[in-house]
Amino acid sequence: MKRPLKRSNAPIFWALFGAGGMLSALFGPMLVFITGLAIPLGLLLPADTLSYSRVLAFVQHWIGKGFVFAVIALFLWHAAHRIFHSLHDIGIHAGVGAKLLCYGLALVGTVIAGYTLLAIGF
Amino acid sequence: MAEQPKTIEIEVLRYHPEKDKTPHTQVFEVPFTDDMSVLQGVQYIKDYLDGSLSFRWSCRMAICGSCGMMINGIPSLSCQTFLRDYYPARVRVEALAHFPIERDLVIGMEGFIEKLESIQPYIIPKEPRTPAQGEYLQTPEQLAKYEQFSSCINCLLCYAACPQFGLNPGFIGPAATALLHRYNVDSRDGAQAERMELINSEEGVFNCTAVGYCSEVCPKHVDPANAVNQNKTNSAADYFLRFLSPKGGAK
Ligand code: SF4
Ligand code: FES
Repeated sequence: MKRPLKRSNAPIFWALFGAGGMLSALFGPMLVFITGLAIPLGLLLPADTLSYSRVLAFVQHWIGKGFVFAVIALFLWHAAHRIFHSLHDIGIHAGVGAKLLCYGLALVGTVIAGYTLLAIGF
Repeated sequence: MAEQPKTIEIEVLRYHPEKDKTPHTQVFEVPFTDDMSVLQGVQYIKDYLDGSLSFRWSCRMAICGSCGMMINGIPSLSCQTFLRDYYPARVRVEALAHFPIERDLVIGMEGFIEKLESIQPYIIPKEPRTPAQGEYLQTPEQLAKYEQFSSCINCLLCYAACPQFGLNPGFIGPAATALLHRYNVDSRDGAQAERMELINSEEGVFNCTAVGYCSEVCPKHVDPANAVNQNKTNSAADYFLRFLSPKGGAK
């Protein structure tokens, strides 16, 4: 009387969610502080920390590219997963629709980030 | 002069499917003493006020797991919840949440029993063994790996606490996962791969969103949430590593 079991593909999204969660816990608050408080208010950091030429140089280096890509993409996948499950919790079980919307946005964001970072060149 | 006897109001969710369209509540006035459990309260109702009230109980000492009820909205064993903690306010007693009501406080357990069967809750030896080979030996460390998960009394409080089980009754849920884990980490057992199919499936651990309320209400400190979370990691490893395994791994 064994039911047929379908393997869940959740581990993919769960792994991206976990990686994004870890990364956002490690870097999120610091990034919010730097980009949202320190720079606009002129605290602690030199005024030109986020100047165009500095940021450009940063994302032209492959390490900088990798960092910016990981932060954007994994944060997005983390958020998509969280929002998808929260929708379920508040009673919106749009199923495929909600899934496409949440993970689709993360995918689009990932592709745009990847494309732009490559287009900037090395 | 003797003191005026005290009473407490118990509000009970009633439902007799043969005559009630929907469940409704009924309030009973029950003599109160401060050593009375909620179970004793409903037993008083059945014995002296309304013999048609139905509920399950057996041991009266938090061992059998049959007296689970929602008490003021919290999944609880009624035999270890005391009326004095509510007195003089009214206490609300309902059937466990997320389960079909069979009659009054009695829930239908078929769904859970099926899950229990599906996890194969018994030791499946790695290789056949005869009594002549003697007993299995286990170290204290090997015992410690599963001991906590073997204390489950199938009271189902954790299912009543789990919002994800409430939304998707197909989810194998906290207690069944804890018990599955109990056998999977037992050094005598050899059926991990079979049981992992269930963990990995769409009914499996990824239904859990790490709410953790199951472990909070568990009267036996089984910590089912811990078993579920350990198996998310196991399942994710299984998902990705099967591509690397030479045997091709599971489907
Ligand atoms: S895990 Fe705890 S709450 Fe759940 S059925 Fe077992 S004893 Fe009850
Ligand atoms: S009557 Fe047995 S656990 Fe409450």
